[in-house]
Amino acid sequence: MSVRPTATILVAPGTNRDRDVALALDLAGADSVVVSISDLERDANVIDAAQMIVIAGGFSFADALGSGHVFALELEMLLGDRLQLAVSKSRPIIGICNGFQTLVRMGLLSSGAGAMALDHNERGLFDCRWVTLHPSSEKCVWTQGIQENLECPIAHGEGRFTADAEVVARLQSCDRIALRYVNGNPNGSTDDIAGICDESGLVLGLMPHPENHVIPRQHPQFLRGSHRGLCLDLFRNGVTHASA
Amino acid sequence: MIPQSSLHFLTLRARAEDPRQKSLVQNVHALGISSVHTIKVSDLLFLRDVDTDQFPAIESIVAEPLLQMVAWDEAPRAGVVVETSLIAGVTDPVANEFLRIARKMGVCVTDALSGRRYEIEGDPTPSEIDLIVRKLLANPVIEHWAINEPVQPTFASDSAASVSTVGEYLLTHQTTDAELQDLGKERALALDIEELRVVRDHYANEGRPARDVELEMIAQTWSEHCSHKTFRARITTDNGSVVEPLIAQLRRTTDEIDAPFVVSSFVGNAGIISYEDNVTYAVKAETHNHPSAIEPFGGANTGVGGVIRDVIGASHQPIACTNILCFGPSDFPVSELPDGVFHPQQIRAGVVAGIADYGNKIGLPTIAGAVLYDNGYIANPLVYAGCIGIAHEPYVVEQPQSGDRVVVLGGRTGRDGLRGATFSSMTMDATTGDVAGASVQIGDPIVEKLLIDVLGRSRHLYRSITDCGAGGLSSAIGEMAEGIGARVELSGLPLKYPGLAPWEIWLSEAQERMVVAVADTAPLFAACERYGVECIDIGEFTGDERLVVTYEGMTVVDIDTNFLHDGRPQRQLNAVMPKPDRTPMSDEAFSSIFGTVDIASTTLRLLAHPNIASKESIIRRYDHEIGGATLVRPIIGAQNDGHADGVVLADPLSGSGIAVGIGVNPWMGIIDAERMALAVVDEAMRNVVAVGADPRTVALLDNFSWGDPQRPTTLGELVAAVDGCCQAARAFGAPFVSGKDSLNNEYFGSDNQRHAVPPTLVITAMAHVPVVDAVVTPDLKQSGNVLILLGRTLCEFGGSHLAMLNDVAGGVVPSFDTKAPQRYQKLHEAILNGDVESCHDVSEGGIAVAIAEMAMAGRLGVEITIASSLINEWWYFSESCGRFILEVRHESVASIRDQFGDGAQVIGRVVDEQVVSLGNGQSLTVEEMLTSWQGAS
Repeated sequence: MSVRPTATILVAPGTNRDRDVALALDLAGADSVVVSISDLERDANVIDAAQMIVIAGGFSFADALGSGHVFALELEMLLGDRLQLAVSKSRPIIGICNGFQTLVRMGLLSSGAGAMALDHNERGLFDCRWVTLHPSSEKCVWTQGIQENLECPIAHGEGRFTADAEVVARLQSCDRIALRYVNGNPNGSTDDIAGICDESGLVLGLMPHPENHVIPRQHPQFLRGSHRGLCLDLFRNGVTHASA
Repeated sequence: MIPQSSLHFLTLRARAEDPRQKSLVQNVHALGISSVHTIKVSDLLFLRDVDTDQFPAIESIVAEPLLQMVAWDEAPRAGVVVETSLIAGVTDPVANEFLRIARKMGVCVTDALSGRRYEIEGDPTPSEIDLIVRKLLANPVIEHWAINEPVQPTFASDSAASVSTVGEYLLTHQTTDAELQDLGKERALALDIEELRVVRDHYANEGRPARDVELEMIAQTWSEHCSHKTFRARITTDNGSVVEPLIAQLRRTTDEIDAPFVVSSFVGNAGIISYEDNVTYAVKAETHNHPSAIEPFGGANTGVGGVIRDVIGASHQPIACTNILCFGPSDFPVSELPDGVFHPQQIRAGVVAGIADYGNKIGLPTIAGAVLYDNGYIANPLVYAGCIGIAHEPYVVEQPQSGDRVVVLGGRTGRDGLRGATFSSMTMDATTGDVAGASVQIGDPIVEKLLIDVLGRSRHLYRSITDCGAGGLSSAIGEMAEGIGARVELSGLPLKYPGLAPWEIWLSEAQERMVVAVADTAPLFAACERYGVECIDIGEFTGDERLVVTYEGMTVVDIDTNFLHDGRPQRQLNAVMPKPDRTPMSDEAFSSIFGTVDIASTTLRLLAHPNIASKESIIRRYDHEIGGATLVRPIIGAQNDGHADGVVLADPLSGSGIAVGIGVNPWMGIIDAERMALAVVDEAMRNVVAVGADPRTVALLDNFSWGDPQRPTTLGELVAAVDGCCQAARAFGAPFVSGKDSLNNEYFGSDNQRHAVPPTLVITAMAHVPVVDAVVTPDLKQSGNVLILLGRTLCEFGGSHLAMLNDVAGGVVPSFDTKAPQRYQKLHEAILNGDVESCHDVSEGGIAVAIAEMAMAGRLGVEITIASSLINEWWYFSESCGRFILEVRHESVASIRDQFGDGAQVIGRVVDEQVVSLGNGQSLTVEEMLTSWQGAS
């Protein structure tokens, strides 16, 4: 049994699912430490100690200038290329919901594919509902080996993955489409894309909240005696890579 | 002055269709205007003192190039163009965030302000344009606008400085009533003549003039909103008896119930209860009715923010929100709207968006609620917001001690929300929206989230805490200084913009601020710095029982705290008690009033009624998943589209949890307020018991929204309702732990008629769920199971939805079932025993609707098997109290019968085919029921 790795959860004012993801990491075998923008302002070097990095969901800076945008600008100013450096050291990174939006704005996920963005949901409204996700990438360290579909909630107003056909084709051909919505696309995302990874496979961005389905009774059908699609393996995969 | 030439603005337009466009056009058509086919929306950002060479850097800050196009100083295209900009001082997160990040990135710009441009395509007449602008595009409370010309942005930093002198009013024993009333009107004090006389005598005795800020402060402290004078009044009824003050009745009831789980009731910001060692819960519900009427988004938004602060102010970490909303009918004709009133659809859209914005951004699950529609809410929509918090350390209440510092933390102070408490205690008229503009503002949930982060687990950092709600610092510090006194200096407080007069600072209701009493400020300041929360030490608690407020050394308030808090004379009010007809209705009377009731078509019509129809489209706007603790969600069932009775929250790793349920029925209230109160407490009880909560652990909140208590019949209904509340609480052994009343929910229309809301009592029940594995939901689970009805069904249709559907007024309101408490206890035991597969309370629409809801949620059918000789037409639709429908396995039927005896009746069974056979030869498919139920949402 190896020592539990420590995950760094990056938060900004308005991040609000940091505690949910901390529970998921704990159950998956990692400890976590929350690092805020002001912590980074004091000492950006703390990020270099991170064995894995999580950008948690929420409404960073109230999404005032576009979802995840100010968070991305802040991280760029504070971290420079330290996130890329972490990737080069084989540290897994995950951005969930607002964290996905932030990673996209930072360009960490578009490299090698082309322009992409997360637009307003097709119906134009914030939407909270459970979705089914098909893990479709063996490249992505977070999803590789997961056979069963995952189920978890979405809770966002701007989650419509948008990119032109060539970009999607490149993502597809490089096995970078990590998760697709099945049994219904909740927000109009291009090609049912719910999550993608970067060229290395270490960085995953996704709109849904796997951290809200890490124990069976969190599933809405649990009370009807059925249960499926636990998302703990996704976090276990990340923890395994962080420990390696 | 800065020349306008240095002012630039950028236009931000979506490349694809902006999602706001579709709903805007739908709303235009809903106003009865068909001449408009498209409204294009773009966002404007006005920037001052910016050089053109900075444009590219600015674009990279504000735009996502794949999704948005940016243009600089772009003239509007031809056609009808409306531009809006926020009024100076309204919370503008876009501009604030832009300025912060731009400066950090080295972009030079002195000021920013956001706005919008609407390009209206079609052929609207000028009066139609005017209607569209006033009803849909701009709200004068927060925005300026211009039609077919550029809007002129006004920056807060330019706004005229208020005069910072102190006004004085000489009040002597010779000051006449007429002079006092003029003074009351001039300063909008909302005090009656008795109260004004006491103020006069106080200052006459002090032998010095009253300072204007002192008068404002007295008005705030003595307002209905802050001092609940009706609930403390001496009330004489029309039969000559004097009733115990209403608040005393509720408190006495709680004291006499003496429930072991009550830690604190009716003091401080929230009720505190505990079901296990070292865990306490804070519960509170508030109303934000008047602000939501004039600015639905901001009113509801700050209503949520306010009640969350109540929980923070009770030293608890907020964990969930609730809301109950009452609107006018969505199809109400625009032409019949009273002057100055938004259309119910507009109000609903704004209120729902405001609640979603605050709850989702602050990161709390919005778990329970109700939406009601009635003509009585057209001009006075009601917005109840509730919050639950948790603490894992002993609940300690301490009073400030002399020498403690007065520290303000959180948001900055601006000219927002002035006189909110007195405003909410006045009747509205057509001009209210204009004059009361400063009473409303938009909240900033991110700042409040930071307050939770810093205070949620920092109980040891302060001695006592109060939130800044109505009355602002005046009210918060005034309350904390009661009996001890304080001295504060206002000039150091961080302001949103310069130019505020001392009285504005003192009374500002700027959101997201807390006041704490601290012996040693250093550790608290360190924590605030880490979380990025502004805080400032503005003075100290003194011990001389005087509250002294200075501004740059000049005294603006110097008042005896005892007079401020105890000086108000008790109100003397008269009540005319309601005398409802409680004669039970005979079968013959039912037939003569309702005629022949077709069971199948009536069921479908009830399912489509706005009060009963699916609320899924609203519920999904709220994040109810965050925290991962929502075990019984508001949305349940085989397809996740049925509605739960109550909700259950359970920490993911805990074996127990809490349930929350709501009861409300204004239609019963109109006819028989006492029985209504009994019925809605019963409904709230049923909702928590139905999901598996222990009925012996229920704590209740009362929230009254009523009309003008000076009208004796209105007050009589309130007296009757409080009496009903106390009776019900005693019957169930369920104490009230907190409550709030919002009176004067009336509108004086241009028709010279007063419009009051129906008597609307919302009861929130919170209870312990001892075993989370035992929770049940209302959706049917398995064909072959048996349906059992618990409780008795009587011919009681006063306030029922069958009566509403048939335009039948009056009638007898359902009576309280004295056997209900015992029944609920037995039901709880049966649930713990695993005998209950699903459970649904019978309420609006009666048994027919309850069965339909269970079948739809479970996507299963039902065959009603009860002998037709045992039932009647009215059996299907009666809304009698105290009833549940249970789904049980065959082998459990005997045990249920043993426990409940005659109180349990087998009425049907669950079948695979998705059809409900009604037992009279008629049937309804689940599909057609879903069409009715979901179509109306």
